Amino acid sequence: MQILVCVKQIPDPASPSSLDPDTSRLVRPPEQVLDDTDRYGIEVGLQLAEQTEGAVTLLSMGPTGTMQGIRQALAMGVGKAVLIDDPALEDSDALTTAKVLAAAARREGFDVLVTGVESTDGYSGVVPQMTAELLGVPALTFARRVEMDGPALRIERQTASGFDVVLSPLPAVLSVTAGAVEPRYPTFRGIMAARSKPVDTLTAADLSVSCDPGQTVVSVAPAPERQAGEVVEDSGTGHLRIVEFLEAARVV
Amino acid sequence: MAVWVFAEATERGPGEPALEVLSKAASHGEAVAVYLGQASGEALAVLGAHGASTVYNLTGGGDLPAAAATAALAELVERESPGAVLFAQTYTSRDVAGRLAARIDRPVISNAVDVAIDDGCTVTTEVFGGTQLVRTAFTGPGPHLVLVRPKSFSAEERGGTVSRVEEYPLPDAGHAGSPQVVDTTVEQAEGPQLGSAKVIISGGRGLGSAEAYSLIESVAEPLGAATGATRAIVDAGWVPYAKQVGQTGKTVKPEVYIACGVSGAMQHLVGMKDSKRIVAINKDPEAPIFSVADLGIVGDVHHVLPRLAETLRSRD
Ligand SMILES: Cc1cc2nc3c(=O)[nH]c(=O)nc-3n(C[C@H](O)[C@H](O)[C@H](O)COP(=O)(O)OP(=O)(O)OC[C@H]3O[C@@H](n4cnc5c(N)ncnc54)[C@H](O)[C@@H]3O)c2cc1C
Ligand SMILES: Cc1cc2nc3c(=O)[nH]c(=O)nc-3n(C[C@H](O)[C@H](O)[C@H](O)COP(=O)(O)OP(=O)(O)OC[C@H]3O[C@@H](n4cnc5c(N)ncnc54)[C@H](O)[C@@H]3O)c2cc1C
Repeated sequence: MQILVCVKQIPDPASPSSLDPDTSRLVRPPEQVLDDTDRYGIEVGLQLAEQTEGAVTLLSMGPTGTMQGIRQALAMGVGKAVLIDDPALEDSDALTTAKVLAAAARREGFDVLVTGVESTDGYSGVVPQMTAELLGVPALTFARRVEMDGPALRIERQTASGFDVVLSPLPAVLSVTAGAVEPRYPTFRGIMAARSKPVDTLTAADLSVSCDPGQTVVSVAPAPERQAGEVVEDSGTGHLRIVEFLEAARVV
Repeated sequence: MAVWVFAEATERGPGEPALEVLSKAASHGEAVAVYLGQASGEALAVLGAHGASTVYNLTGGGDLPAAAATAALAELVERESPGAVLFAQTYTSRDVAGRLAARIDRPVISNAVDVAIDDGCTVTTEVFGGTQLVRTAFTGPGPHLVLVRPKSFSAEERGGTVSRVEEYPLPDAGHAGSPQVVDTTVEQAEGPQLGSAKVIISGGRGLGSAEAYSLIESVAEPLGAATGATRAIVDAGWVPYAKQVGQTGKTVKPEVYIACGVSGAMQHLVGMKDSKRIVAINKDPEAPIFSVADLGIVGDVHHVLPRLAETLRSRD
């Protein structure tokens, strides 16, 4: 089975982020990390490959930078990576991203295309559905558990009140939630091997995708701040202060 | 130009998030609802009361109707050219919004907390944990597609009725094949709900163990409060996902939100910072949750919560 996993390199969330005042885009340092939520998709991809003697390929669009995030992913055991890095795609919105991923997926061929539910930095959360529509395949979204069931894929799909068990034919797009699986840690051998794994690079022209985001930022302003209130040290009576507060709010 | 609102049916008719968006659309003028699921007379009355004059009712479509609903919606949009189509950011609506954007080749803006529609359409989103507001305008032709975060607007009855209903039966399998739902599990049906409870009490990793979540429940019970959670303890398997509050969980706006052993990460804050009042219990005086709390108790949940439960119970 051919499994594609879509991952994104993002600025390290641990370091402070800012918007470029000219472009209103997130400032992207060359050193980027693997989006933590993508580790779940990679783990699901690797497990499906193990169950089906399949192969896993990464798809990633964005500035390649030092490739630190991609190496992190390859070190987990992924076979190869296809990177789409092109300044022409700099203004990509979710739909342009989906067009790129769909075109790359067609080129590579796939049975399952795995994504996260939403990325940590952009979090528009619609790339998987768009990609599925462009590819004309089912979108198995919000999956919190994934396994093969004969030739079909069986997932638990989160709903507002619980979850549905869904059985789907392949090929399909699969978006997995954080927490769906326990992502493996790269081994020392994996880290060494990652250095020599094949990495292909494509441009927008290779995929015949052009970029017109159809939207523009008109303003960025600080939100009205919520004021911090009273902070008290609990010395055995903190609970009484809470009860008073609840009384004043007329909820008891 | 009419503003359309996509509304998916729930067990109780149109869902609250869709009604919030419909109320907003109606405040701009003519509002049309696209309702996915068999619309009963009661459902139509609710849609009408919240401002829909026309309802396009998409029925059938199998277990996972997003692909089929998208195809039907794309045809309707082509025929009627609405100025904008708004979606509440719930599961199936998100699937349909994403698919529709790809199908009609229009951008969609997600995570909207406000929408201004005049000749154009400008959308407000929050970044950096809600500390910055970004306004984005569509630059291309409509319809403009927007996904709105729940609780961004209030659902208001304006006393109208639906004057036109058109039904569109969907094929059972969409153009994207036919996944099937073989089983459904409800994890949180009973008791006070996060969407409507006046008081919510949430637990985080500071509780220390899955068993300690019972401390949250013992305070919730005498208060009639709904119980919530951070993603950290949902991922750890302590409580079901249906309880998760935050960016990837529910957005809540109760009268009082009580956060216990919750650090106040930006992705949690975006889901609860618009609560009317916030109480936090955390043993770390530097925890970010205190910066949004009206009342902060620097203390141990294992001491404060049992005493709080006891005091509340003894008042009843
Ligand atoms: C030169 C260049 C500069 C860029 N600068 C930025 C920037 O400043 N800020 C920014 O947020 N994005 C940037 N991007 C990336 C791209 O624009 C976003 O990834 C895109 O807008 C997707 O939105 P999202 O993250 O909200 O997707 P979501 O729908 O939230 O993502 C859901 C899932 O889709 C998959 N996915 C999403 N994006 C990608 C991707 N790029 N590659 C592979 N899989 C993906 C992942 O599995 C992810 O978990 C840049 C891209 C290029 C080529
Ligand atoms: C893309 C993305 C989406 C996310 N979406 C969400 C979301 O929807 N909702 C969400 O909640 N998170 C979300 N997160 C995760 C978020 O970033 C935090 O990791 C999470 O909210 C932390 O949960 P916590 O507060 O329970 O745990 P921690 O951050 O570990 O905090 C535990 C707190 O408990 C305190 N504590 C410890 N012991 C005690 C004690 N005995 N008594 C009192 N206090 C104590 C500590 O001081 C600490 O402040 C998301 C993250 C990403 C990347």
